Amino acid sequence: MDRNLTHRNRRRGLKVLHFLALFLVMSIICIPGLWIVVNSFRPTVEIMAKPPVWNPSFSLAHYRAMFGGAGEGGVPVFSYFRNSLIVSVVSTAIAILIGMSGGYAFARYRFRGKSNYFVGLMLFRAVPGVALSLPLFIVFARLGIIDTHFGLILVYVAMNVPFTIWLTDGFFRQIPKELHEAAEIDGCTRWQAFWKVEFPVARSGVASAAIFAFLTSWNEFALASQLTRSVGSKTMPVGLLDFTAEFTINWGGMCALAVLMIVPALILTFIVQKHLIAGLTFGGVKG
Amino acid sequence: MTEVTLSNVVKKYGAHQAVHGIDLDIADGEFVVLVGPSGCGKSTTLRMIAGLEDITGGEISIGGRVVNDLPPRERNISMVFQNYALYPHMTVEENLGFSLKIAKRPEPEVTAAVAKAASILGLDELMERKPAELSGGQRQRVAMGRAIVRHPDVFLFDEPLSNLDAKLRTQMRVEIKKLHQKVGNTIIYVTHDQVEAMTLADRIVLMRDGNIVQVGTPLDLFNQPADTFVATFIGSPPMNLIAGEITTGDTITLDGGLSIQVPSSARGRVRVGQKVQFGFRADNLMPVGHSVEEAGQKTQLDLTVTLTEPLGTETLLFTNMAGTEVQAKMLNPRPITPGESFEFELMLDKCHVFDAASGNAIRT
Repeated sequence: MDRNLTHRNRRRGLKVLHFLALFLVMSIICIPGLWIVVNSFRPTVEIMAKPPVWNPSFSLAHYRAMFGGAGEGGVPVFSYFRNSLIVSVVSTAIAILIGMSGGYAFARYRFRGKSNYFVGLMLFRAVPGVALSLPLFIVFARLGIIDTHFGLILVYVAMNVPFTIWLTDGFFRQIPKELHEAAEIDGCTRWQAFWKVEFPVARSGVASAAIFAFLTSWNEFALASQLTRSVGSKTMPVGLLDFTAEFTINWGGMCALAVLMIVPALILTFIVQKHLIAGLTFGGVKG
Repeated sequence: MTEVTLSNVVKKYGAHQAVHGIDLDIADGEFVVLVGPSGCGKSTTLRMIAGLEDITGGEISIGGRVVNDLPPRERNISMVFQNYALYPHMTVEENLGFSLKIAKRPEPEVTAAVAKAASILGLDELMERKPAELSGGQRQRVAMGRAIVRHPDVFLFDEPLSNLDAKLRTQMRVEIKKLHQKVGNTIIYVTHDQVEAMTLADRIVLMRDGNIVQVGTPLDLFNQPADTFVATFIGSPPMNLIAGEITTGDTITLDGGLSIQVPSSARGRVRVGQKVQFGFRADNLMPVGHSVEEAGQKTQLDLTVTLTEPLGTETLLFTNMAGTEVQAKMLNPRPITPGESFEFELMLDKCHVFDAASGNAIRT
């Protein structure tokens, strides 16, 4: 009886510890984000206050100013948003198309130097993007594609393809090859077998690769800050710099724009989320 | 008419040769089982017939048409895979109708064909389910349904039962045989299980190391094994083999010292001094009074039982004969304690002699 009790107490204690640890980790992840949201709604005095003010007041002043005229601290939010959207969506679509083909090839075909190619792709990921910014800048300047959507899309495709290949390769590898063989025997060409059987089965994997690629492009700052110059091509993360002046930083405005940046990403993740949970169990085969 | 012909078919993977030029004629409507231990090339052969593997050399024809360079979809075959390979994102109904939809058949025809296949295999209740919601046996049936829907010339089965538990396996074995009797198509079936091969096949093709060892009806292989490999692979328990030497024209002296007459089937084909393997099945060594009354030449032997395996209608007896452990059978069994001795009868006419060096049967 006693033993049971102590055992139960210990289990309860562990559970509490578990929750505490989880809470701590989630706090570390979430509080900065929360702080940005909170700061975007309160006056600059309160943001800068030391010690911090814990119960925030609420005003939309920063948002009003941001959408306001250039003289009142306004920034071209809509242009930045449009640029970000175009660059991210197009680069993601291209990266997925290339990455998926690559991942499929790595998963299904045998070819000479396969593992070397694969390692090479992964090594490419190890190069920090900023290190490439100067060479890229020079090359792009010569080609005349600096400060264009096209240039940025090119860079983001190159950045995202290796990761997409790696991710989709893993998903296609999980699909037994008998599925496409069965489809081919059922009358499909290799192409049909892919689109009618393997792609739908791997859809959740492709979706998660897409969301990763999208978020990478959407949030990328270092390269974009070098390769874009004007309102016509600056993306939202670069737009945040508009709030820094020689001697001051408009924290409130910066937070407001950051919130506008986070919201679409959150919505998108939320929509794709149900694909991310691999609802498709591989019940068709027993392995 | 859909006979399948393989002539001198070779498969190489780089330097490694998996299939060494096999020849095989399969008649229309025949149920042929390719059997052998793993790595013997049976699955590779089947996959070459299906068009899933390239053929390195030789020729395969289906229904008189050479199919070497045709993709699987143009061979009019269907295949049941070991892991079923059902499309996980489709319902049972969609799985069954997939091939007809791909072929762009009119909707009513697809529905009718699917319904017919479903009723043959008892799948009517499961049409709306996804493969993940089915049991192993149900998945197996869907896989078979998908194969019969399109009326192929040839059915290919690649170890379709090896993922099922023992009881279900026997059930499905019967269903496959019934299916064959119902649809009457040519079937090529791969398995490593000799019981499946024996029970299903019109003709068994026994393979080893990429070669065909023996082709014949199940009883051919059981009664007249071509060599010691066939003798020990087919039949359960495997054939007992004891090493020995021909000492006179009609005597074998087993290595343990026991002398036995050369079976009539091998007499005159052996030479004195030849090293041989003497083989007989457990069914041909039985205690006196617990055997079948059968005419023919017999030899009496006194042997001590070391272990028993009661099976109900019969009991397997392990005993020692000329220093080698052999298995015997006891009909109308009674309880036995290990150590008990019996007088056994060995049915000499049913015994086999194999050349020790080559393993080949010595038989007239």
